[in-house]
Amino acid sequence: MAISFPTICFYLFSAILVFAGLRVITARNPVHAVLYLVLAFFTSGMIWMLMQAEFLAIAIVLIYVGAVMVLFLFVVMMLDINVDKMREGFWRYLPVGLVVAAIMVAEMAMVLNGRYFRLENQPAPQAVDAGYSNAQDLARVIFTDYAYPFELASLILLVAMISAVMLTYRRRESIKHMDPAAQIAVKAKDRLVIHSIPAEKEESGAESTAEVTK
Amino acid sequence: MEFQIPNFYPAAPELAVVAISLLTLLLVSFARRRASQIAYYMTHVALLLAAVLTIHVSRDFSATIGKLYVQLPFSEFLRNLGQIGLAYLGSSEMSFTFGQMYLADPLGDLLKVVVCASVAMVLIYGRRYLQDRKLESAEYYLIILFAVLGVMVLISAGSLLSVYIGLELLSLSSYALVAINRDSIRSTEAAMKYFVLGALASGLLLYGMSMVYGATQSLGLVDVARSLVDPQSANRTVLLFGLVFVVAGVAFKLGVVPFHMWIPDVYEGAPTAVTALIASASKLAAFAMVCRLLALGLWDLVEHWKLMLLFTGVASIVLGNLTAIAQSNLKRMLAYSGISHMGFLLLGFASTTSHGSTNAYASSLFYVLTYVLTTLAGFGIILLMSRAGFEAESLDDFKGLNKRSSWWAGLMAVVMFSMAGLPFFVGFFAKFFVLQALWSAGYAALAVLAVVMSLVGAFYYLRVVKIMFFDEPAADFSGIEACFGVRCLLSVNVLAIALLGLFPSFLMQTCVLVVQGSL
Repeated sequence: MAISFPTICFYLFSAILVFAGLRVITARNPVHAVLYLVLAFFTSGMIWMLMQAEFLAIAIVLIYVGAVMVLFLFVVMMLDINVDKMREGFWRYLPVGLVVAAIMVAEMAMVLNGRYFRLENQPAPQAVDAGYSNAQDLARVIFTDYAYPFELASLILLVAMISAVMLTYRRRESIKHMDPAAQIAVKAKDRLVIHSIPAEKEESGAESTAEVTK
Repeated sequence: MEFQIPNFYPAAPELAVVAISLLTLLLVSFARRRASQIAYYMTHVALLLAAVLTIHVSRDFSATIGKLYVQLPFSEFLRNLGQIGLAYLGSSEMSFTFGQMYLADPLGDLLKVVVCASVAMVLIYGRRYLQDRKLESAEYYLIILFAVLGVMVLISAGSLLSVYIGLELLSLSSYALVAINRDSIRSTEAAMKYFVLGALASGLLLYGMSMVYGATQSLGLVDVARSLVDPQSANRTVLLFGLVFVVAGVAFKLGVVPFHMWIPDVYEGAPTAVTALIASASKLAAFAMVCRLLALGLWDLVEHWKLMLLFTGVASIVLGNLTAIAQSNLKRMLAYSGISHMGFLLLGFASTTSHGSTNAYASSLFYVLTYVLTTLAGFGIILLMSRAGFEAESLDDFKGLNKRSSWWAGLMAVVMFSMAGLPFFVGFFAKFFVLQALWSAGYAALAVLAVVMSLVGAFYYLRVVKIMFFDEPAADFSGIEACFGVRCLLSVNVLAIALLGLFPSFLMQTCVLVVQGSL
């Protein structure tokens, strides 16, 4: 069996991906764990690239690595996470976890080796020529055939945004706010009140008070 | 392939809800004060508009009713109002738009109207409760509007993709609504449980859908059904594999055994106004999901999903009724009773026969409609009894209600009788139709078991009545504070339960007609 260059790449990337995934859950330092997660995302992007899904590959690097993970890193750095407390019982739960994982692997192997899912039954996707634009094709179906679910997905994001604001924003009454609109709209008569006080004369020592009244 | 601009007209109700909710979002961001008041009224406008559009869009009023109306004298018209309404309701046909993503049919129309009405009732009942606890905000109403949109998308879903998107819109909104009382540990815990289990269920459903897609190579429900008819085209093993996961996802949404764990905690932890929403609109959505996925898409696998539904149904009835006996919290008790009611619904749905399935579906539709009506009344009364700092959710809080207010004690008794399935309340006929369908499908033993279990269930419903009428009231003897409109609406709601119990045939006719027109 001749091993082609893409096959070598696939196994290389997969090995890195598995290693990074393992390190995410075994790293002592949470910041290191996040960095390994970045590596895992990046490598899965590479695997997508091998499958000629360039748009997805670039999207995962830009969105997950560029935006989401950086935010994650900030959060992890700001929170005071007690690693030892979180890792309590890691060794105790490990055997159970391994058993579950082994069962899952066995089941997946059985499914994938079943009659229907075997590799021969799944034709390889047709190779596309170099000038083919992945993003263009995706855009065409998203904005035509799948416009309805696409727009609804945007509403799901809106719901997430509204509820995030609703659940975390606290208006604190004790703090004094400034209202710029009210400040601009203010008139002189709101701030300065001119009382006309009738001049009066006191019986004794009137001289000084009379001058003030003037 | 040339792309054609789809016909937006059938989706007018959804578009109206989206437009009004976005408008409300803008309005409340600029409104200085009274933002929540504006949102409250806008939500009602949206619901009303959606209901009217739903009825109006796919039907031609002048063609069906106008002719009849001209011929008949007015008194005759009034007398035959029911028949004419039925004719009008049935005058629409199944139609697709957005390339099979959106499916409009009489069943969807009926469910949408009921959803709009029930959400409006939830808002009216719950407003004072939220104001007392300083939970009322514009965001609350906005999220409810989006949840309604999710339900409507789910109801008129014509493809696996729109089922999933609608479900996510509804679930995400529900998680946020449960957590709305963020300072209460109980609410936050409930929201967290709901979220984690809901995410798991979404994953299961999606996994099943991917299997169905893999086996049939199509997302549209009608296409899926079509490719199933030909035994050569799709791989049965993969389909059955997917079916199990799809049923699991649906069972989670309905909250039936063995996917019921979240129900009691969420019902108890959520603010009562939100609980009422989850107990009503969510159930209608889940029913629609069962109809779309199983009765339409995977119809050809009926022999397989029938057994799964029968099993979960029976297990829910047994577990729900037995566990509800031990509850001292009324909301928790209603949660377990909800589990058993959903079990009944599934039994009805699964009792299809080779002659036809209209009876089975119609009985289950009747069941869910009347259950929503009854549960709304039940939570409405709990909301009515509560006031600032007092939840009225424990059974003891209802002690001696008769001495405080005979009217409300009587109405609560009607709700409990109906839930227990005592004759001549609507709950009796709902159970009766389901049992009839079950019996005629040849599941006599299951029908007997269901009857025995509802007798067991009658114990805890009647205990509430006993507590209200024969126990001494607690020292706290304060009156019931609620505005006149809420009292009237709630009374009408409860009286509707009693009236439907006396004249169930009209609603049943509607259900049969709608099911015949759709499934």
